[in-house]
Amino acid sequence: MPFLEAVRLALTQIRVQKLKSFFTLVGVTIGVMFLIAIVSIVEGMSTYMEEDFVGKLMGVNSFELRRFPNINIGNTTDEMWREYMRRPPIEDVDLDPVREALPPGSRWAIATGSRDLRAESKYGPSRQVSGSAVDGDYFAIKKLDLDHGRLIAPQEFESGAPVVVVGQDIKEKLFPDVDPVGRELRLNGLPYRVVGVAAKRGSLFGSMSLDNFIVAPLNSPLRRVTQPRGVLNVIMVQSPSGEDMTEAMERVRTVMRSRHKLRPAQPDNFALQTSESALAFWDKIKGYLTIAGVILPLVGLVVGAIVIMNIMLVAVAERTREIGIRKSLGARRRDILSQFLVESATLSTFGAIAGIGLGFALAAAFGGVSGMRVSVAPWSIGAGVLLGISVGMVAGIYPASRAARLDPIEALRQE
Amino acid sequence: MSADIQEPELSTTAEREAVTVSAGVTPSKEWVIVTRGIERDYDMGGEVVHALRGVDLAVRRNEYVAIMGPSGSGKSTLMNMIGCLDTPSAGEYWLNGVQVSHMNDDELARVRNREIGFVFQTFNLLPRATALHNVELPLVYAGIPSTERKKRAKEALDRVQLSDRMDHRPNELSGGQRQRVAIARALVNQPAILLADEPTGNLDSGTSAEIMRVFESLASTGQTVIMVTHEADVAAHARRVVVLRDGRISSDMRRDKFTQQLVSSH
Repeated sequence: MPFLEAVRLALTQIRVQKLKSFFTLVGVTIGVMFLIAIVSIVEGMSTYMEEDFVGKLMGVNSFELRRFPNINIGNTTDEMWREYMRRPPIEDVDLDPVREALPPGSRWAIATGSRDLRAESKYGPSRQVSGSAVDGDYFAIKKLDLDHGRLIAPQEFESGAPVVVVGQDIKEKLFPDVDPVGRELRLNGLPYRVVGVAAKRGSLFGSMSLDNFIVAPLNSPLRRVTQPRGVLNVIMVQSPSGEDMTEAMERVRTVMRSRHKLRPAQPDNFALQTSESALAFWDKIKGYLTIAGVILPLVGLVVGAIVIMNIMLVAVAERTREIGIRKSLGARRRDILSQFLVESATLSTFGAIAGIGLGFALAAAFGGVSGMRVSVAPWSIGAGVLLGISVGMVAGIYPASRAARLDPIEALRQE
Repeated sequence: MSADIQEPELSTTAEREAVTVSAGVTPSKEWVIVTRGIERDYDMGGEVVHALRGVDLAVRRNEYVAIMGPSGSGKSTLMNMIGCLDTPSAGEYWLNGVQVSHMNDDELARVRNREIGFVFQTFNLLPRATALHNVELPLVYAGIPSTERKKRAKEALDRVQLSDRMDHRPNELSGGQRQRVAIARALVNQPAILLADEPTGNLDSGTSAEIMRVFESLASTGQTVIMVTHEADVAAHARRVVVLRDGRISSDMRRDKFTQQLVSSH
């Protein structure tokens, strides 16, 4: 029988038995729905991580020299942690040798910082903020744009003047009704003057604000409350290109290994963190999520397949006489086989299409509630449809081959 | 009907020759059906039932034959055999010059599609399909393209005067109309034989007469018709009557003789 004929027949069958078809499809629909939803959510997170998250935390073509990685959401074992603690800190005195090793055109910045400083003003309730005492091209590497006011001037860096650039959260919470520029702010009790307000940077994961910060010159009093004398949290380097960055990283590694007097066999006792290394942990998480995203829908699809097989067996029993008639008119085994296979596959493809729609809806709803970005992977649509067809085929094989093997005389005798 | 059944007899010497030539020899062209010593055994839970015990039958092209017999005589089994729905346990069956007795399922399906048009007692139309689509079905399995199919199905419906009903479903048609749709379906592939199984069994006498007239006119235009029935007055329409008893042919005669016998037995 021609394929289109079989599809037409299957559609008629579905139309005639709407309710039964609906129940038949629930399993496949749910399976595909979860597949699409999870894939869309993971894909959305992925896009977010790769474009947004790392872009917000780290500049383009930049790397950071740290005592140990600060973006480390994977498993940090106690042993790793003890090893981190044994490492020597990054110090002021490391800066010059590092700078000398950099290829021309590179930018650098250094910073010390703390995430739990107490900020107060006369205009609003005090709050916990993160503060950094910085030097070098910090604003450029971090892509901190100004909303209004000005950046910290070179003389202020030089003298360690108590001036700060603040994030949008500080402006909104500590200076609710006034312009913070020119006004005073206290950080852990010490006074600073606000000279600029940074443009809004948004948030991570929809909840972790990136605007709750204060930046002051390295030599200002802020340094003393963040790190011991002479100790730095980070040396940042930004290269003109990706290749330059790799080159720069290798040079910095050599310099630091020699400064830390490491033998060739010993591993690095410092961290060179790039946006890629920060993403390594994400790849791991993505792997787990993808496995979950496959196994969960699989359960739905297996259940769906069993239901379809059942329904098709019932259909074969109910339509035994029809099969007999068709055989008496010249239908071969393969005609009957393909009729029921196509019917089963068409049925389950309908379920899959419904599942794709619902999956998008579910993902969009999740995105709406969580504030996370959700993006549809085109391949997941294809995969959903393909899954629908193949689940239907697999579930239909047994019932269809039973139908195909029916004896026409017996089948015609059936009421 | 005469009770003294003797040896199975064939009505003409030509028929006797057609079936008695040695096994495996292709019958000459004039014979559309030749069976040689057909047997069919069924295994009913360990007990073997002999439904056919050696049937020799030869039917010429254009003949109009009725197969009669009481229930259990084997006439349904013979009909299934002639209709290629079943294969014999022993013996040969030649249909239109081709031996079909050893064919597999799919080959038999091909033969049914091309050579045989079934008309059943219960019509056996697909309930959800229109008259036109029901008539199209054999052409679907013959692989005829859609437009050609529609054209030929309409022509077939026209032959049974149902062109105005082709978009109706079976439940919107009367019994006589349903049987005419079934006849159109049986004819649409221009089969070698039209095989009717109690075609008037589910119809009232008026409608039966109407259906018998359809068979009559088909036979008169040269269509080979084989009709299985247990009703003598239905069989009386045929030009030749084959009576089966206990799995064997008990008589095989021309209509005039059969009608004579029918009259004398009353």
